[in-house]
Amino acid sequence: MTSASTPTTTDSVCLLVGTMKGAFFLWSDDARENWRLDGPHFRGQSIYALAFDDRDGRSRTLAATQSMHWGSTVRSSDDFGRTWSDAERQNVRFPAESGLALNQIWQIRPGRKDEPGVLYCGVEPAALFESHDGGDYWSVVQGLLDHAHRTKWQPGGGGLCLHTILLDPANPDRMLIAISTGGVYRTEDGGKSWSARNHGVRAQFLPDKHPEFGQCVHKVVHHPSRPERIFLQNHWGLYRSDDWGDNWHDIANGVPSDFGFAMLMHPHDAETVFIVPLESDEFRCTPEAKLRVYRTRDAGTSWEPLSEGLPQADAYETVLRDGLSTDSMDEAGIYFGTRSGKVFGSNNDGSTWREVADGLPPVVCVRAVTVGASAPAA
Amino acid sequence: MITIELPRVLAPFANSNSVVTVDESCQTVRDALAALGSRFPGVVDRVVDERGDVRTHVNVFLNEESIRFMDGLDTRVPEQSNLMIVAAVSGG
Repeated sequence: MTSASTPTTTDSVCLLVGTMKGAFFLWSDDARENWRLDGPHFRGQSIYALAFDDRDGRSRTLAATQSMHWGSTVRSSDDFGRTWSDAERQNVRFPAESGLALNQIWQIRPGRKDEPGVLYCGVEPAALFESHDGGDYWSVVQGLLDHAHRTKWQPGGGGLCLHTILLDPANPDRMLIAISTGGVYRTEDGGKSWSARNHGVRAQFLPDKHPEFGQCVHKVVHHPSRPERIFLQNHWGLYRSDDWGDNWHDIANGVPSDFGFAMLMHPHDAETVFIVPLESDEFRCTPEAKLRVYRTRDAGTSWEPLSEGLPQADAYETVLRDGLSTDSMDEAGIYFGTRSGKVFGSNNDGSTWREVADGLPPVVCVRAVTVGASAPAA
Repeated sequence: MITIELPRVLAPFANSNSVVTVDESCQTVRDALAALGSRFPGVVDRVVDERGDVRTHVNVFLNEESIRFMDGLDTRVPEQSNLMIVAAVSGG
């Protein structure tokens, strides 16, 4: 791996890697075998959320930056990090009357393809913000902020965060979000009202193991071709819902642990999901010190370990909730980063792996982007 | 007049100035920051949060004494005072 500050015309895939000490870009061509490192961007700041917005002809990278001292903001780049926006006012702010203060931005989610100015972000303390002008101005989604359950949501190890946003591609009024700890909530009216959707999801750490809400949901994913089918990685538990979260069913079949953070939907196959199981609860490292990704190709009926090319001894690794990502190449590239600062990649749907980067600060999020002709000439 | 010294990282939000003077009449540190914010809101966004509290890892010194050990933002500010905003020593 060599260092380079700009992409080249042959680059096809870019890994946006957020760490505790800045963001890094890793570039590769169609083969996705050799990678060049660019960074750090935002040196010293933690980057918990990265996104890429290619709607409406854009090639916009979005980054949630958190300075330990000066707070959190969403910044954007239209030239793959050569230059970044730096709004004078911090653009994601709670209304004064809420009595809340932004701690961390956990997720940035571009809106649907037919609403190219819309962006969402999930934050800590748990709330949803939306922008209708491409990210210059953000406002809190009041319906969720005012939810009656809010006072009973509790922070998990990462704080009380809204970390995942799923959109119904066909119904602009339907959206599903996940809060740790609070659980899954869904709106059917564009965010005005929200209902808990956790029936069947266990809360092992509460006296009532199946409450209406309060579950520590770590990640939910779905495929746009079948959006009603949702997969859920819980704080203990793997689940699937076939009805937009109305009912959840256990699918922890043959995994070494049903605990974990990261979960990833295959870009082309609505039956295929990837996870990285961790030993629960306090240890939170890969079971048996083997770094294994698990894949289901039958929507959770069975899971298979993927380990070729990954360390299978003395690998006490942790992959966090947004540390697993995929590109959109025909033979999908699967990538993940670890808290030990390693990035691994597969260019064949996870069948074999290679180390992409090592020695980075702790990795907290990875976003793979298929850029193709979007990459500007160096 | 009150002089406010800014850390280098905040100077871009104050027309590249690292020292700003506030001529308005200010009774407290809160008043001084409000006056600063009226001209340079991007600076104050980064010094205090939405609740108006000084961010956890930011220190404000009045004539070399941290306002945390005085009356916080309600600390009285005599004329000709010097306020210094600095990033706190934060590990990790």
